[in-house]
Amino acid sequence: MSSFVLYTITGLGLAGLYFLLASGLSLIFGLMSVLNLAHGAFFAAGGFAAWWVMDALTVLPPGLRFVVAVVLAGLVGMVAGALVERGLIRHLYGRHVEQILLTIGLGMAAVALMGGWFSYDPRLLSQPAWFTDTTVIAGANVPNSRLLILGVAAVLLVGLMLFLARTRHGLIIRAGVENPNMVRALGIDVDRSFTIVFALGGLLAGVGGALAGVYFNGISPNLGTTQLIFAFIVVVIGGLGSVPGTALAAVLVALTQVYVNNYLSTGVGSISVVGLLALVLLIRPQGLLGKAAP
Amino acid sequence: MTQHVDAVSRTEPADPALVSTGSRRGRWAVVLGTVVAILAILPWLPFGVPGVFSGPFNTPGTLQVLAVGITLAALAMSYDVVFGYTGLLSFGHALPFALGVYGTNLLMTHATLPYPVAGLAAVAGVVVVSLLLGSVALRTTGVAFAMVTLAFSEAFSLLVLTDPLRFLGGEEGLSLASDQVPDLFRGVVNVRFIYWLALTVAVAVYLVARKVVTSRAGRVFEAIRENEPRVEMMGLRPFPFKLASFVLGSGLAASCGAVYLLVVRGANVGVTTPEFTLAILVMVVLGGAGRLWGAAIGGFVYGLLTLRLSAVATSDVIDSLPGWLSGPLSEPLFVLGTLFVLLMLFAPEGISSVTSRMRRR
Repeated sequence: MSSFVLYTITGLGLAGLYFLLASGLSLIFGLMSVLNLAHGAFFAAGGFAAWWVMDALTVLPPGLRFVVAVVLAGLVGMVAGALVERGLIRHLYGRHVEQILLTIGLGMAAVALMGGWFSYDPRLLSQPAWFTDTTVIAGANVPNSRLLILGVAAVLLVGLMLFLARTRHGLIIRAGVENPNMVRALGIDVDRSFTIVFALGGLLAGVGGALAGVYFNGISPNLGTTQLIFAFIVVVIGGLGSVPGTALAAVLVALTQVYVNNYLSTGVGSISVVGLLALVLLIRPQGLLGKAAP
Repeated sequence: MTQHVDAVSRTEPADPALVSTGSRRGRWAVVLGTVVAILAILPWLPFGVPGVFSGPFNTPGTLQVLAVGITLAALAMSYDVVFGYTGLLSFGHALPFALGVYGTNLLMTHATLPYPVAGLAAVAGVVVVSLLLGSVALRTTGVAFAMVTLAFSEAFSLLVLTDPLRFLGGEEGLSLASDQVPDLFRGVVNVRFIYWLALTVAVAVYLVARKVVTSRAGRVFEAIRENEPRVEMMGLRPFPFKLASFVLGSGLAASCGAVYLLVVRGANVGVTTPEFTLAILVMVVLGGAGRLWGAAIGGFVYGLLTLRLSAVATSDVIDSLPGWLSGPLSEPLFVLGTLFVLLMLFAPEGISSVTSRMRRR
């Protein structure tokens, strides 16, 4: 029983990471039909930003330093997202395949750039002592870092939902996902929303990268590339463009992966996730909470 | 996509066009024959291209590099059928290629089949597998299709890496089961026979792919790429055509995989990864999607670039640069990725578009 609780909370922590990476992908895709293959690079960039803060700003106490690290990671992701949209994607409006191809090249170059600067060996992220302590929940010793990741992801999920539901920008984004031409016809500047969505996706990915450094106990340039595949699976299972769907799918995918890895055999978990994807596609091609296929 | 102009001009039924097609076909055969003849005699030439190759053409090292380039050119053509002609953005083309590499070697090791039989059996197996996977993946379209195919190839990649049944070699890969390989293809002195095999398979892939894309079914492939709803409206079901294109591309990729196994003398987990799929995509787009010879040039150039850029990367010029610059510049993928971004921004139709742009003028 106690191991079940531990696996569940570990799985939920992993779900938090998947959600942070996948929600940005899903929103960007929903609004702009751009599949951003450079998203994994934002993730890794956030991770390295966090590593740099933890490594260099030793004047701050560890707890505060970690808060600064997460904030900086988010900012790095946000700026990277906005720059990529403004500087590159914008020049290829309406040409979806070219946009995807551009992000492929960008992702390759960015990962190699980080590899050239930081080398491909994982960098250890120094963590506050509290993270590695455990809390007893229903008889299981759960590392605090798992709870932290889960908490941050939940806060960002609620924040994202509120942003989309309550603010004017959120309203425009939701309307744009529904029908961008109509929004444009009403005289609203959808292009600005494109930048906002990219920046938002970058922010979420950057924070995700910092937390992934805690979860996987290290940062490497390929961190995002591996996780991006699972994020894609999450996005497709959840339904393209649906944030609640992404959250639901993230939980489903991460729990499947962790349970299978621990109860059946290590390594089979990732493969079973692909099986889950095939199953969902056969039953519901548009994803769990997605609209009917366009 | 940007191939619209070509597609229209190729299907024009007017009489003068037919005449010009006839002479164009003659010219095409001459060009193909010349290119193949030049490539075929390379192993006898005692000189090389300084800077591009490390030695003369008749040295094993250079021939091996060329064989890799030619195999990748064939692989790029097989992907061009799926992506360039039918418009299916598959992110899983590494899967049939890797299955060809691994399948051939496993059949040689465990079923002790001789190399040619194992290769053909692997190709047949890939055709069956891609028929199954294709029917599932093609339930989705566009980007969702890309993600699903990516997931399938990632599943195989993870299977190889974690290797739960301990026969796929994991991270170290598998070495070539050389007992089952004919003597002709063994040893360093016989690299030229491997080179000729690669060339033969590449020409075969080109001829099969060309036969299909210029057939009536090939016209439907291009119509699906340009406007799928319209194809449906005209009374054709796109699904069987898309599946046919997917399976054909996979089968051709598997045959390239069987050759690649010989060329690099083993199966490496690198060819199963999503990064390799993206590399294939880069090859095709680099050369120009929707033209077989464009894709072939893209694959060949990519192969040479990745193999040679790492040599350039360790040169003194790069080493003398400051650390923040020399680090990334010694990464071939950084140079390639940047080139690719620039290509997308300034010449999205690839290298071969430059010539067709000249022709249009």
